[in-house]
Amino acid sequence: MMAGECIIEVEGLYTRYGNHVVHENINLGVHRGEVLALVGGSGSGKTALMRQMLGLEKPAQGKVRVFGLPLYGDRKKLQDMRNRCGVLFQKGALFSALSVYDNVALPMRELRALDEGMIRKLVMLKLKMVDIDIKHATKMPAELSGGMIKRIALARAMALDPELLFLDEPTAGLDPELSEAFVKLIQTMRQELTLTIVMATHDLDTLVALSDRIAVLAEQRIVALGTLPEVLKTNHSFVRNFFCGERGKRSLENHSNI
Amino acid sequence: MPENQGGNSQLVLRLVTGEDGASRLMLAGDCTLAALCHQLQPLSAELAGYATNPELHWDITGIAHMDDAGAVLLWQAWGERHPRHLALQPEHERLFNRLEKMPPPPAPPARDRLWPVTVLGKAVFLLWEHLTNLIMLSGQLLLDSIYLVGHPLHIPWREISANLYRTGAQALGITALVGFLIGVVLSFLSSRQLQMFGADIFIINILGVSIVRELGPVLAAILVAGRSGSSMTAQLGVMRVTEELDALTVMGIPHSLRLVWPKVIALGIAMPLVVLWTSAIALIGGMVVAEIQLGLGHQFFLSKLPDVVPIANLWLGLGKGVVCGMMIALISCHFGLRIKSNTESLGEGTTNSVVTSITVVIIIDAIFAVIFSDFGLR
Repeated sequence: MMAGECIIEVEGLYTRYGNHVVHENINLGVHRGEVLALVGGSGSGKTALMRQMLGLEKPAQGKVRVFGLPLYGDRKKLQDMRNRCGVLFQKGALFSALSVYDNVALPMRELRALDEGMIRKLVMLKLKMVDIDIKHATKMPAELSGGMIKRIALARAMALDPELLFLDEPTAGLDPELSEAFVKLIQTMRQELTLTIVMATHDLDTLVALSDRIAVLAEQRIVALGTLPEVLKTNHSFVRNFFCGERGKRSLENHSNI
Repeated sequence: MPENQGGNSQLVLRLVTGEDGASRLMLAGDCTLAALCHQLQPLSAELAGYATNPELHWDITGIAHMDDAGAVLLWQAWGERHPRHLALQPEHERLFNRLEKMPPPPAPPARDRLWPVTVLGKAVFLLWEHLTNLIMLSGQLLLDSIYLVGHPLHIPWREISANLYRTGAQALGITALVGFLIGVVLSFLSSRQLQMFGADIFIINILGVSIVRELGPVLAAILVAGRSGSSMTAQLGVMRVTEELDALTVMGIPHSLRLVWPKVIALGIAMPLVVLWTSAIALIGGMVVAEIQLGLGHQFFLSKLPDVVPIANLWLGLGKGVVCGMMIALISCHFGLRIKSNTESLGEGTTNSVVTSITVVIIIDAIFAVIFSDFGLR
């Protein structure tokens, strides 16, 4: 993978919750156009790190820069930066008071530059992209299945055609077939658009299929960072257990067969 | 993968006349939402102007990046079809093909002309549903009580005690503050009027009867309805949203027995105590002002109070407390259990619950006033 400019730079980041230290001196760069996967056991701070990249949480110490801009800066610049990011939350985080259509249309309307006719076309395009039938557009999120919520949340995350996409456990809670379809969907989107993706995941199949580089979080720091073969060479107990266990071997084999 | 680009370059339109005499519109730069965002309207009008010429050759091969928004912009300008002469990059062709194949958006539902009738009908049915559900819940609670008499080991003591603490003990501060201030204001206003007639001594009658019989119970009930009623509704509502209610059902723990019954009982116990407390503090507030304004000593006030206010008034006040407390808990739980798993329903349910509880408290007060009209008054 090319070593292009960094879209996200994390420097000397520390996270503490009370006395509990989650991250200790994390340094990480996300290059343009790559898919970086954050891997780690539960409680290793994958989601916390992602939330800090989004500016939802402030690190105890250290700097995070997105598109070369520091978070917590000028409001206007921060908003511009946010418009260039899309986020898929773990449980979708669809607005339960809004219909599917309005959920996807909301970020476009907030831009206050697009007229309703254009918004309608764009929403239909996005819904079609995630393979949601038009007849579901008027439904409320409470009436939808988990897989549909995930896909609509992805459509909403993609509403403004972001350059940077955050995926928090994109395939958690989906059945294998759906999660495979989800992976395919993200792969197609990557072909059409220059997307940079940061994703936190547990799912080995997703990880192997999508990621260009992998950052392994364990013991409060990044124990391995690089492409899959590079990470596999690392001699760390978590990496060994995670990738070379029964499940890990199976999905690595599956992938090499393709 | 396209090469790195720092920032976005603007979309540039250039009209040239080719060697064959045909005019050719060259587009170059970025055709993405981020790049177009600030000049969308003028650009859309300009493109539509060019599109009126069907013989125009569109050359958009110079566009470096194009996303859905950019494609829709061009597509709308073209009148939702491909222009006759178009040159474009193959990766952009896919975007337009998708647009071409897009199904038409669903038509907005037609407005029913009978809507006043349907709205009214739905409101009536909703009211009926609320009434029947409330009666069913009360009946269920009665059955639960009978069951618990037979199985005293199943009485949820911990829940009752927790609810007693939350709805009773923790409400003491706010009820004391409100009660004291109302007592002060009432005493101040009445004493000014009574002074005009030289009837200073009757301040004890006025304060005693009005606070013990009316104000204490109603104030306490309204405060508790706002405080504990809303929290009960919200608690049950959140339990619905987080599927905790379903978890209880599959464990075979009935909602009414474990969630509703202890709340109703606890508020039935706590409410008269809160009423007693509010009335006492309000009387103290009134007594303080009476001493300052009218020079009525507090020892005199206290010794005279039992003579002018029959004890029946206190029982009446406490009785109202019990009934109001149980009704508030019942209504709050009824609304809480009806909440659906979305945020809007949660907000709506909580509001409805508080409004209904306060209304019901006032109605109960009025009913008591009618039934016991010649009771405790001389």
